[in-house]
Amino acid sequence: MGRGTRDYAYWSIAIAVVLIFALIPVIWLISLSLKPPDAITDQRFIPSEVSFDNYKSLFEGGIDDSPFIKPLINSIGIALITTVISIVLASFTAYAIARLEFPGKRLILAGALAIAMFPPISTVGPLFDMWRSLGLYDTWPGLIIPYLTFSLPLAIYVLVALFREIPWDLEEAAAVDGATPYQAFTKVIVPLAAPGVFTAAILVFIFAWNDFLFAISLTSSDASRTVPAALAFFTGESSFTQPTGSIAAAAVVVTIPIIVFVLFFQRRIVAGLTAGAVKG
Amino acid sequence: MSARTRSERKLAWMLCAPAVLAMLAVTAYPIGYAVALSVQQIDLRFPEESGFVGLDNYGAVLSSELWWTDIFNTLFVMLISVAIELVLGMAIALVMYKAIFGRGVVRTAVLIPYGIITVVAAFAWQFAFAPDTGFVNQLPLISDEMDWFGGRFSSFAVIIMAEVWKTTPFMALLLLAGLVTIDSGLYEAAKVDGASAWQRFTKITLPLMKPAILVALLFRTLDGFRVFDTIFVMTRGAQDTESVSILGYNQLISRLNLGLGSAVSVLIFICVFLIAFVFVRGFGAKVDEGRPGG
Repeated sequence: MGRGTRDYAYWSIAIAVVLIFALIPVIWLISLSLKPPDAITDQRFIPSEVSFDNYKSLFEGGIDDSPFIKPLINSIGIALITTVISIVLASFTAYAIARLEFPGKRLILAGALAIAMFPPISTVGPLFDMWRSLGLYDTWPGLIIPYLTFSLPLAIYVLVALFREIPWDLEEAAAVDGATPYQAFTKVIVPLAAPGVFTAAILVFIFAWNDFLFAISLTSSDASRTVPAALAFFTGESSFTQPTGSIAAAAVVVTIPIIVFVLFFQRRIVAGLTAGAVKG
Repeated sequence: MSARTRSERKLAWMLCAPAVLAMLAVTAYPIGYAVALSVQQIDLRFPEESGFVGLDNYGAVLSSELWWTDIFNTLFVMLISVAIELVLGMAIALVMYKAIFGRGVVRTAVLIPYGIITVVAAFAWQFAFAPDTGFVNQLPLISDEMDWFGGRFSSFAVIIMAEVWKTTPFMALLLLAGLVTIDSGLYEAAKVDGASAWQRFTKITLPLMKPAILVALLFRTLDGFRVFDTIFVMTRGAQDTESVSILGYNQLISRLNLGLGSAVSVLIFICVFLIAFVFVRGFGAKVDEGRPGG
């Protein structure tokens, strides 16, 4: 298919449509965030003049008075801790499932799948009540615990699928050389498994980073409120001004790094998202 | 049982125990707790009136018009967005599969919505359609005065669009994964026999992709039934656009009515269970080949 043919033109149009559709909300948010506050309602897709006032107002007042800095720290901290714990626990489980023979293996996989389908709203009421009596309401662990539960099935499935592709002969070779199953795990398999583990970590991080339901139900202040929840509670400078500009600027700050990251690791993410989706 | 088998089992159980406990801690126990709350009158604003009420809360929910309106809204948004996602996702998967060039560009493009926080995407679309800030009403063929969030079905249109934008990539990638497993020799043979492109799609691609399509549909349908973020940001349920998850949230967190809210939670749980059951038993979705949604 050469340039200038009709097929080539059709493909170019199809690709352009997909690209434009994917990018429009991102460009729109950037554009909104760069509009001066008095031009927010000019309804133009591209700003007529550029100002960084919306970004300045996000960080104004330092850590104590800024509406954005604490939620940003909470989001990053909670998502990172969730990712580390989830990946450690899921790696153990996935290793056992992919590699060892034991009764209950299918039950664990089926249970993990059931939890992946579980509606989070069904646990919000009990958790709200329990967390208040346990002192976990509006704390980091109060969010990390539910995130762990709902990210583990994802991590386990991705890791089992990716672990099954590892050349396990090397582990047997280690066993022949006298290594215990534990040594074979830490010395041989961990380095081989690292790329898959990294893939699962990205997916878990994005999952925790994205959550909104638990974040608005189980928090009440900047002590643990994450960015998605904080955005929903942003207020304007006065009761007459809309927080549109600040929300747009905050949205850009939390979106651009993730997009860059996602695009940089896109092959891994695609592999992870589709791991185990079909028998290869 | 040999010593090696026994030590292997012991190791396996030790490796699995922490994750299993962590998964049960926030699902099995809370759902049991939710069932217990749902048969009591517990309103944190009126704690002295608490007590066992049997199935009264369920009766109150199931006989309220709001519950059935919200079920309709949830199913409406879910069915239409999943249907559009299936068609668009299939088209994008085919573009990625067949493209001689630009495959990387399309993959890059579809991963952008995946990486964006749902709430952020919802705000972006809300600002785009809002009559005061948005550019959409300035587009040709659309009235400058169109108040998208002033009516029920125009709100749904924007909500569905935002949902489709955010989750089509996941659908496309799952379908692509099914597409690449099809033996390309089948297409060559069909071509030789004179099958048209449409015949090759309906007679080869679709039947062979049925397992992948069902798994993708199952996960997106369940995900769609839980719709919360987009509606919360765009309308908070105004104009009769509330979903069942928002109803549950309002009862539990806004009105602190744990009894009634838990009855809603348990009913949602049952609905999700029924949807999964229909897919697995009715359509024969092989979920053990599937994976949890991302």
